[in-house]
Amino acid sequence: MDRPQTASVIDAAAAVIELRDTSKSYGAVQALRDGNLSLRPGEVRALLGENGAGKSTLVKVLGGVVRRDAGDMLVDGEAVDFHSPHDARDAGIAVIYQEPTLFPDLSIAENVVMGYHPLGSLRRIDRGLMHSRVQGLLDRLGVRLDPERPVRGLSIADQQIVEIAKALSFEARVLIMDEPTAALSGPEVERLFSVVRTLRQEGAAVLFISHRLDEVFAICDTVTVMRDGAVVHDAAIADMTPDEVVKRMVGRELSTLFPKQDAEIGEPVLSVHRLTREGVFFDVSFEVRAGEIVALAGLVGAGRSEVARAIFGIDRPDAGHVEVSGRRLPPARPLAAMRAGIGFVPEDRRQQGLVMDLSVARNATMTRMGALSRLGLINGAAEDRLALEWAKRLQLKFHRLSDPAGFLSGGNQQKVVLAKWLATEPKLLILDEPTRGIDVGTKSEVHRLMGELASRGVAVLMISSELPEVLGMADRVLVMHEGRLTAELSRDEADEESVIRAATGQLRAAAA
Amino acid sequence: MSVDTASDVPADSAKARRYTEWVFRVRELGIVVALGLLIAVTAILEPRFIETDSLRNLALNASIFAILAAGQTLVLVTRNVDLSVGSVLGLSAYLAGDLLSSHPGMALLLVFLAGIALGAACGLLNGILVTWGQVPALVVTLGTLYTFRGLSFLWTNGKQVNAETLPDSFLNLGTDSILGVPILVIIALVVLVIVGQWLRDYRAGRELYAIGSNPEGARLAGVRSERRVLTAFVLAGALAGLGGVLFTARFGTVDATAGVGYELTVIAAAVVGGVAIFGGTGSVYGAALGALLLGTITSSLIVLRVEAFWQQAAIGALLLLTIAFDRLIGLRVDAALRRRSARRAG
Amino acid sequence: MQAETATLDEAAAAGRDERRAGHVRAFLARWEALLIGLIVVTFAVGQALSSEFLTADSFTTGSLDLSEVALMALALTLVIIAAEIDLAVASVLALSSALMAELWNQGLPLELIMPICIVAGALCGAFNGILVTRLGLPSLAVTIGTLALFRGLAFVVIGDASVTDFPGVWTDRAFGNFLGTFIPNTLVLIAVLAVAFGVVLHSTPFGRSIYAIGANEEASYFSGLRVKRIKLILFTVSGAVAALAGIVITLRNSTAAANVGQGFELTAITAVLLGGVSIFGGRGTIVGVILALLLLGGIQKALLLSQSISSYWIQIVTGILLVGSVLGPNLARRVKETRRRRSSQNPEEGPK
Repeated sequence: MDRPQTASVIDAAAAVIELRDTSKSYGAVQALRDGNLSLRPGEVRALLGENGAGKSTLVKVLGGVVRRDAGDMLVDGEAVDFHSPHDARDAGIAVIYQEPTLFPDLSIAENVVMGYHPLGSLRRIDRGLMHSRVQGLLDRLGVRLDPERPVRGLSIADQQIVEIAKALSFEARVLIMDEPTAALSGPEVERLFSVVRTLRQEGAAVLFISHRLDEVFAICDTVTVMRDGAVVHDAAIADMTPDEVVKRMVGRELSTLFPKQDAEIGEPVLSVHRLTREGVFFDVSFEVRAGEIVALAGLVGAGRSEVARAIFGIDRPDAGHVEVSGRRLPPARPLAAMRAGIGFVPEDRRQQGLVMDLSVARNATMTRMGALSRLGLINGAAEDRLALEWAKRLQLKFHRLSDPAGFLSGGNQQKVVLAKWLATEPKLLILDEPTRGIDVGTKSEVHRLMGELASRGVAVLMISSELPEVLGMADRVLVMHEGRLTAELSRDEADEESVIRAATGQLRAAAA
Repeated sequence: MSVDTASDVPADSAKARRYTEWVFRVRELGIVVALGLLIAVTAILEPRFIETDSLRNLALNASIFAILAAGQTLVLVTRNVDLSVGSVLGLSAYLAGDLLSSHPGMALLLVFLAGIALGAACGLLNGILVTWGQVPALVVTLGTLYTFRGLSFLWTNGKQVNAETLPDSFLNLGTDSILGVPILVIIALVVLVIVGQWLRDYRAGRELYAIGSNPEGARLAGVRSERRVLTAFVLAGALAGLGGVLFTARFGTVDATAGVGYELTVIAAAVVGGVAIFGGTGSVYGAALGALLLGTITSSLIVLRVEAFWQQAAIGALLLLTIAFDRLIGLRVDAALRRRSARRAG
Repeated sequence: MQAETATLDEAAAAGRDERRAGHVRAFLARWEALLIGLIVVTFAVGQALSSEFLTADSFTTGSLDLSEVALMALALTLVIIAAEIDLAVASVLALSSALMAELWNQGLPLELIMPICIVAGALCGAFNGILVTRLGLPSLAVTIGTLALFRGLAFVVIGDASVTDFPGVWTDRAFGNFLGTFIPNTLVLIAVLAVAFGVVLHSTPFGRSIYAIGANEEASYFSGLRVKRIKLILFTVSGAVAALAGIVITLRNSTAAANVGQGFELTAITAVLLGGVSIFGGRGTIVGVILALLLLGGIQKALLLSQSISSYWIQIVTGILLVGSVLGPNLARRVKETRRRRSSQNPEEGPK
């Protein structure tokens, strides 16, 4: 049991919570091994790693959501065992999870205090106290939200704020945040960080997970790096550089992240004419030409994904229309968009991209069922052949084609989504956050693939929140702010400053 | 972390609150209005409808359904369903009849407790299969609907309990009044208020809504979901058990078919009363009003001498109208909330 | 989640294996195998309880008794795999029966009445489907409503009267056997529909779409599948088949009445779920449902023929089987997981 700690900069005796050699498996997959982590009061520790590295599993073990298979967990130096999230919470551990955990039918106030309502006489819920407490929390986070309104209909950023308020609602000694800033804008992130700093001064320990390295270096004291389900590095942040962190995460040196190939720009493939959806986006017009990669940039919530959904016919626009190669698409008809040659890799891979319970093969060929049929009956062998062909071309790592898609890692799942659309030989491929939450290796493969497609004359429309990706890949950058196109920047004009200014509404260039 | 600073509430906040509160109130108010209109129209066409006897019957009939609907609400709110209520009612109704006809001197309280306990035991079985066995509630309660009914048939073996064999003190419960209000109605009201307040003002009650609104979120928030869902099923079973005893008191004659087909009427009543079939919203009072409205429709059609055949069709149509209406209102509210959210961000 | 690193050739070979020989193995490992076992047990017990059980006559009457439920269960299978439900089927059956009686009383020929009834049933189903797909209402609530509505309309059409003077030619066809065998005509009808539904479900793009929609509706929509139209078609077909079942039961009993088939919807759903179809959609097979029907029929017949066991047990056994069909696999999985966790724990750690 007395194995030596991996190089820890933290005095283990002072740790408020500690994991020693914990492991966890789901079925045959070992999601966590050698899980060593300790948090001491007043420490803000970053937990870094590619997706699938085991961070979320470690967080779930700490939060009492899953039980570890082996190893020890210590709170204040004493061995504990969490049987449920309730136990973790009683031990003073607050967790903000990546997945939304809110109750859409209930008020913000009830969401925040759920399970821990303030009680009055006869153990009845004291609604007045509940309201004022939650109001106080929201004020502290600097947001103007009415505690009595239902959560249903809140923007993603506001939902994230409610999650944070929920985690702050009790005397947490340990605050764990799994990508809390993904949907937040600059000022909101700053506000959150000032709260985190206050907590640190009050002696709380914070575990911070983020993919934004600048944030990590701005706020964290120490860093734990995970790779392939194991903790591989533990150091003070002052001893690390961003490059070194990435190297530890990936386990190898990275070549260029954004291979840009020159492609011949051809005729317009997609023309969007004054597209409007009330309350979401307004008067959006632009073109994407063959061989061109156009990026749609902007803050989360600026209406970029919604424009893409309307183009593909998921949502019905209130005004305006879409043309593909000069032919007008009927509104709100995904099948028509597909037949016109549009492919759409959506934002939410798990919910919108794949049917997780169906096999890899069936997911990869879902868009081609008609073509794979003879006399109305699907030809199973042809189905497998097609799936296998794309698996090869995209270097998909899988066990069996008949395995459910849910068995694959995030990056490989994204490859299946890509295969599904590439199999339709699209003229226009819309990619909504194509590299979000996938490992660095797959990420550069996706970028290479995009370049390849463009060079073969496919028009590509990419939505991305990652500025380096946008600047590295795009021939042209369209920037949206609050539902409107605020800038169209050529490759030469686009740099961090010009894109951010347009995305935050400080620049209003006439959009084409 | 005590941060109870007095804050300046945003300008539109009070309005927003009133608006959302209004939406939730209007749902129950809508049924009251529909109920009032129905009674008024029927009364104009046939004044006998609002004579005491007629209204009394109406209230008596609705009482048992209101209690069952309250129990169903507890389960529906958690995104589950209890199809076995009719069968549970049948079991406990026969138990009450059997106990009293074989031991006429038995204390009535004991009979009630026995009926409720039997119902709670049935609910416990449902609950255990749903939580511990992880079998979907629809499957579990469809199965126990059959099993409990089958047990009823085995137990009664073709016999029935007749009113003559039951003590008057018991049967009077179904007919007597206190200060002009039938005892059955008083019992129903007391039950409704207790369950309603529990669901509204107690942690356990609120947690039922959380579970129905987002089961995974509830678990992550530390809600002991399994225990809560189990409680909901046990209470729903206990209320169905109570309903069974009251059924016997009211009708006097009980055989193995008591309560056959009640499950769908009870669910219909709850849904008409604004309880979402997929959990998260609705109140016991709404469900009870729904039960009253369904009962009133039946009575008024009878009084108006509309062919009895239209009753079922009318109830079905009403259910469809209310869910369609709810849906349209819900879409409007969603849109309004989204606009408000967008404005705030802008 | 880094466990998948087989080479492509290995994977391809594995995929082919899976498709050929693997089918048998996968099949036997599944729920269907257990159903076959249960059927064998039921038939053995049935024979032990009554010597009449394994006779042609008992087979004929047994399959006749379940024929309407079987028809409805076939269409319901597709609806439930698409993660919807149709509780109104038995009411459509009654409405169809009532309509048949009314039109017959008005002197229309049966050859014209039957198509009208099926169209009417399809319209009822389409009504459900429109409420579900266009208004976005939950099908559970919608079909509880139309369960009452359609049954009510059946009573409105013929009241509590019953009509019995249907022509013998047709009632004989519904009650009779196929070409002099002991196989009832209705069973042939069921078999034809079962094959048709099986082929559609398992080997056409339409059927594949049903599975995809049931497993993840949103992703299906994002893949260009016409989710609403497919669901509307399923509800319409469910209504049409229920109306067909209404015709069959009317002719078979030579009686049309509005109260016919009460509670059949629950029996049909029981058969579907017992057949291994997930109530949450996305999983299940036609073969499983047929086996479940065979099992239910066997149990009913065995208990009806038995002198020593009360036929009230039919309901009890049905209920237990239904719950057991989901509970059993759940428990088996849990036992397996516990065992695996125990064996994976380091032996030197010992018990805590």
